[in-house]
Amino acid sequence: MANKIRVATTSLAGCFGCHMSFLDIDERMLQLAEVVEFDRSPITDIEHCTNCDIGLIEGGVCNSENVHVLREFRNNCKILVAVGACAINGGLPAMRNHVPLEECLNEAYLDGIGVENPQIPNDIELPLLLNQVHPIHEIVKIDYYLPGCPPSADVFWKFLTDLIEGREPSLPYELVHYD
Amino acid sequence: MRQFIRGIAESNHYQATHLLQILRQIQSRYHYIPEAAIEELSGLLNISRTQIISVVEFYSFFHLTPKGQYELLISDSITDHMLGKENLLDYLVKKLGVAIGKVREDGLVSLDNTSCTGMCDQGPAGLINGYALTRLDHPTIDKITELVNQQIPLDEWPCELFQVDDNIYKSGLLLGQQIEQGAALKSAFKRGIKETLAEIDKSGLRGRGGAGFKTATKWQFCSDERESERYVVCNADEGEPGTFKDRVLLNSYADQVFEGMTVCAAIIGAKQGFLYLRGEYLHLYDKLQHILEQRRQSGLLGSNILDAGLDFDIEICLGAGAYICGEESALIESLEGKAGIPRNRPPYPVTQGYLGKPTVVNNVETFLAAAGIAVNGCEWFASIGTEKSKGTKILSISGDCARPGIYEYPFGSTIQAILNDCGAVDVLGVQVGGPSGTFITNQEFDRKLAFEDLATGGSFIVFNANRNILDMVHNFTHFFAHESCGFCTPCRVGTSLLQKQIDKIVEGHGSAGDVVALEELCQLVKNYSHCGLGQTAANPILTTLERYPDLYQSRLKEISYEPGFDLDGALETARRMANRDDAGAHLTQTVASVATLPPSLAVGE
Repeated sequence: MANKIRVATTSLAGCFGCHMSFLDIDERMLQLAEVVEFDRSPITDIEHCTNCDIGLIEGGVCNSENVHVLREFRNNCKILVAVGACAINGGLPAMRNHVPLEECLNEAYLDGIGVENPQIPNDIELPLLLNQVHPIHEIVKIDYYLPGCPPSADVFWKFLTDLIEGREPSLPYELVHYD
Repeated sequence: MRQFIRGIAESNHYQATHLLQILRQIQSRYHYIPEAAIEELSGLLNISRTQIISVVEFYSFFHLTPKGQYELLISDSITDHMLGKENLLDYLVKKLGVAIGKVREDGLVSLDNTSCTGMCDQGPAGLINGYALTRLDHPTIDKITELVNQQIPLDEWPCELFQVDDNIYKSGLLLGQQIEQGAALKSAFKRGIKETLAEIDKSGLRGRGGAGFKTATKWQFCSDERESERYVVCNADEGEPGTFKDRVLLNSYADQVFEGMTVCAAIIGAKQGFLYLRGEYLHLYDKLQHILEQRRQSGLLGSNILDAGLDFDIEICLGAGAYICGEESALIESLEGKAGIPRNRPPYPVTQGYLGKPTVVNNVETFLAAAGIAVNGCEWFASIGTEKSKGTKILSISGDCARPGIYEYPFGSTIQAILNDCGAVDVLGVQVGGPSGTFITNQEFDRKLAFEDLATGGSFIVFNANRNILDMVHNFTHFFAHESCGFCTPCRVGTSLLQKQIDKIVEGHGSAGDVVALEELCQLVKNYSHCGLGQTAANPILTTLERYPDLYQSRLKEISYEPGFDLDGALETARRMANRDDAGAHLTQTVASVATLPPSLAVGE
């Protein structure tokens, strides 16, 4: 048990679609479970990561909490992987980058149609939004990138099996072309 | 407005190929392209409105929203920076009361940066409503501010503001002896057209734009095509920062350039020629039109030229602020009234060029040389230069030297000899061939000006020992990101990523892996881009990284990683709006405890 490869996963400014796609490896999950142990992940509900071999990050960085989580992963994972379009480029959430944050907040909490009791949320428990949504490699060093929206189950499988079996991960063209 | 638009459409014969020229007139009158004008034009020219909008959005000098009645653009070439542009721009902002990239509230004046305007020997330079301003300093800015605020029409402004000098310091084969008007055509007809092509072939003349394709071969290919219509195009879209020799050639040697084009027309059998003049050289337009008219009167253009049965005329087309249009296939697209996006090559323009017909596109200097060879014969030309690079090269020298200007050198001249002539001392290095060319250090000054060693379209920027190379790289990298036409992803995205990465390093946010990442990105942009722009956009970084690796490394922090932007600053808006300032409302720029963990494949140990 102690020699299992430790994997942590999380979703920052993402939709969990990449995690769903990961689960699509289906019965291969059992095979994976023989050699892998999950640390912090939605699969385990472990809240904080401890020393891990591989960290899989879905989603970009849109607020201060994302920064903290990402740094925790970087601090604890030997290999950190940007998973999917949002982690790599900011993706859909980054569409707000074209609108100043002030306008976004005004529209959502003050001026928008149907807003009742207009006020900007200010509880200190809430993370503050960054001016822009950033790809994760702009915050910490990233070792590998898995493209796709989401990356297919086969991409996860190929990448993880390569790593686990000690090969330099490489994704064949069939897995990364989308037309 | 409707009447105005109808008027210009009519005077352009409702030709969609004239779209650029039409839009230039609309922009000049209204200081933007109004939606109503687009609707109107769409009907008149029978092209879709989206097509017109795509052209408006493509060129820097067209705008969909109003600019000031006085549209002031300041040249952003590295040479302008070296002459104190940054300080001037600050002064302008204060003096005029307008921010960079904005229109003043009263709508009177707008201010922005623009790519090199080709006045590097007499900068800092700018453009006002398209007309070149030179030698800007505080007194001239005071003057300009006064003229703007008093709303004095541009044609009443003092002419010294617009004075453009040739600054020819060294003449050779071409600049030293201008041919007599008509002499090249007379010689060509006397010698015979085929024989004249043979003469140009034997002279060894190669294209002067930088690539150096053999001129006679290009002309031969074009005339071999089985088509009845052919075109001659003179590429005067001199956009490479640091290049300004074509401006001088068109100012003082235009007759000979037009004559070279006419000789080419006689050889390839073209009836129509175009001078594609970069928009920044608007000040030359009337003068050039006058020369063309005068040539028509003298029987050197028009029908039955010199009674030799040649029909040929030349039209001047102005560009609208797009570096990419210096690439010949993009230039042809632009001539056809479209966005200047490079075509797939082959087919090359000699087989399918303007309107799909065989077209010769040559540099201004090439036509000038061809006319000279037609008169003086091949030996005159071929006896000078090196084995592979015959004749001379006209250089535009700028930067840190006592006498910036135009110099003509035999091919094979050493860089050191050139530096001595222009009065450059304590030189750190020279950027040869502009941003897309090569940077050479003071250890390489015995290298030679030649296609086989240092090829250049003419740009030659000198940097002395007080300059920071990274400032230059930063300027050039931003230039390419701005000028990428956006057609292919490696260049569109790649040049922006290069800009971001170089900013990060220059601003001191770089860390361990950032230079390696930069180099990888350079290779990607270089190897996968569609045209020359992307293929050379990484040159400023690659050529300096090769020569000054320590300079780059010295900018890196000794930590594993740092974000390239102010992380805590990025929370400022949210903090203010939520009225918070607690510990949780702040972020540190780096995490001290982050250990450097190189990726290891030996996981699970």
